[in-house]
Amino acid sequence: MEMDRREFLKLVGASALVGMLGGWEAVELLAPGEAEARYLTKPEALEAERWAMVIDTKKMDGETARGCIAACHHAHNVPDIDDPKREIKWIWLEDFEHAFTGQPQDYIADRVEGTPFLVLCNHCNNPPCVRVCPTKATWKRIDGIVMMDQHRCIGCRFCMAACPYGSRSFNWMDPRPFIEKGYPEYPTREKGVVEKCNFCAERLAKGLVPACVETSKGALIFDDLADSQSAVRKALRQHYTLRRKPYLGTNPQVYYVV
Amino acid sequence: MFEKALAGSRRYWGLVIVLLVIIGIGFILYLWQLKVGLKITGMSRDVSWGFYIAQFTYLVGIAASAVMVVLPYYLHDYKAFGRITVLGEFLAVAAVTMCGLFILVDLGKPVRIFNIMLYPTLNSVMFWDMVVLNAYLLLNIVIGWTVLEAERNGAPPPRWAKPLIYLSIPWAPSIHIVTAFLYSGIPGRGFWLTAIMAPRFLSSAFASGPALLILLALIIRKYTRFDPGREQIQTLAKIVAYCIIINVLFFLFEVFTTFYSQVPDHMNHFEYLLFGKAGYERLVPWMWFSFTGMVLASILLAIPGVRRDHSTLAAACVLVVVSTWIDKGLGLITGGFVPNPFDRITEYWPTIPEAFITLGVWAMGFLVLTVLYKITVSIKEEIMG
Repeated sequence: MEMDRREFLKLVGASALVGMLGGWEAVELLAPGEAEARYLTKPEALEAERWAMVIDTKKMDGETARGCIAACHHAHNVPDIDDPKREIKWIWLEDFEHAFTGQPQDYIADRVEGTPFLVLCNHCNNPPCVRVCPTKATWKRIDGIVMMDQHRCIGCRFCMAACPYGSRSFNWMDPRPFIEKGYPEYPTREKGVVEKCNFCAERLAKGLVPACVETSKGALIFDDLADSQSAVRKALRQHYTLRRKPYLGTNPQVYYVV
Repeated sequence: MFEKALAGSRRYWGLVIVLLVIIGIGFILYLWQLKVGLKITGMSRDVSWGFYIAQFTYLVGIAASAVMVVLPYYLHDYKAFGRITVLGEFLAVAAVTMCGLFILVDLGKPVRIFNIMLYPTLNSVMFWDMVVLNAYLLLNIVIGWTVLEAERNGAPPPRWAKPLIYLSIPWAPSIHIVTAFLYSGIPGRGFWLTAIMAPRFLSSAFASGPALLILLALIIRKYTRFDPGREQIQTLAKIVAYCIIINVLFFLFEVFTTFYSQVPDHMNHFEYLLFGKAGYERLVPWMWFSFTGMVLASILLAIPGVRRDHSTLAAACVLVVVSTWIDKGLGLITGGFVPNPFDRITEYWPTIPEAFITLGVWAMGFLVLTVLYKITVSIKEEIMG
């Protein structure tokens, strides 16, 4: 390819500009999350200053809840391992007593007694898992989502010890044989890494609400906590809500209407 | 000096071969674990750390205890310990080697281990533990080797070694304090969330490490011409006596706060370990054996006659090593995970492959120890002529 002097200079100038921008991104790396967020944003993406979820257990029945679980686990290629010691779960059911340890009630309302409580990662504002991770494989995005990089995770499981909610699962073996119907749009994992709910960051980027929210028939509300007019804030104004183990100072961002 | 490790008696080579065989078995099983994943262990979603991390924790204590011979010699000019500082430092080298290996075999993705250095994360205690342990390993190799070499040449250690030696003194407790912080800084595990974790770690370390060193010194005394010395062993025995008593006390302080306050998040774990919970009581006999062992060892070692007689002293030291090992190697890690964050109980017990991989790492540590002690003893014998 021939190149005259003018073209060459143009190319040099453009390269320098790109280089400078690249350099700025390197600086941005010191403030993790910001550079990534800028790159990923598409016009149709759903954005928030602080994502949060309200679970209205009055509207939640067992069937709907199981639908939410199935939708999530399908959308994320979560393997179906029939062994409580090795299982992987992003969202699942607990009863009140076990979901809300530390707030025991000897006599609880009849309605609450049999209510299924969906539990998932609380996407804490002050997440202990992020604090302990030695490689920043788990980190908090500027919109509050606690993310997991399965390509950086070394599988030390410090985050599992640190999470007070039991929200994290470890791949004790190759999960792929246990995925019944694969979902090609989301990556599968290898053995030896930790995983958990990601508030459907990949769907938000495409302008879709989380899979569980979509399936929940209105029982799950997902919106911007920082926006006083958001559905989440409206629900929090209307109902008294509970959070799991708020006394630990983790500031969990999943709220339960009971 | 390394040539000393290459010429030895039939007994020396026999020991080396036995250790190599155990390492080989462990290594083959580790290759299997690499292939199929950590599912071959007894660990689970609820008890996500097990035997490997427990051994790691125990051995950090053994490593830290080298300071118990280094400090009196260099800071208090307690001359007698000059004979055995190298033994303490080389024990630390072997112990830290095992610590590193136990972390490695516990990782889900061991090929990515250098991510800890590629993405240094200052807010992670594990990053700092990696830093202090590696530095400590280096310090002890360099110091032990240099001091031994100087001794062989009949010269004082080089001047540059002094600052390193002084640095190694505060560095030793730091490795165990940082290791305690791995656990005691976690909000949701009531069993670990206690400021006395680090002091308890130190007291049990300074009991178990010197106890092991006494046993090793007694073996060296019996099978080689080098005598680590009666006075040295007696002073170490006093250190073990004080530290095991302090360790029992610290444990009781913890028990008092837990059971008198009745806060469930703390008490649940102790109940599980000491009395069993909802019919799950796998660790109960072990914990009671450990606790009574420590109390018995405290009483025995407090009696001068028991300490003076080397055979009763050895028995008491075995009791210290075993009971503190059960405390950290079985109780500490599992106890933190049971009950789980949902107040449910999943018990843990190592599987056979897991136990053999563990044994393989121990054998690796003892191989390092055997070689280093062989060199040390040969040099000491050479000096004696």
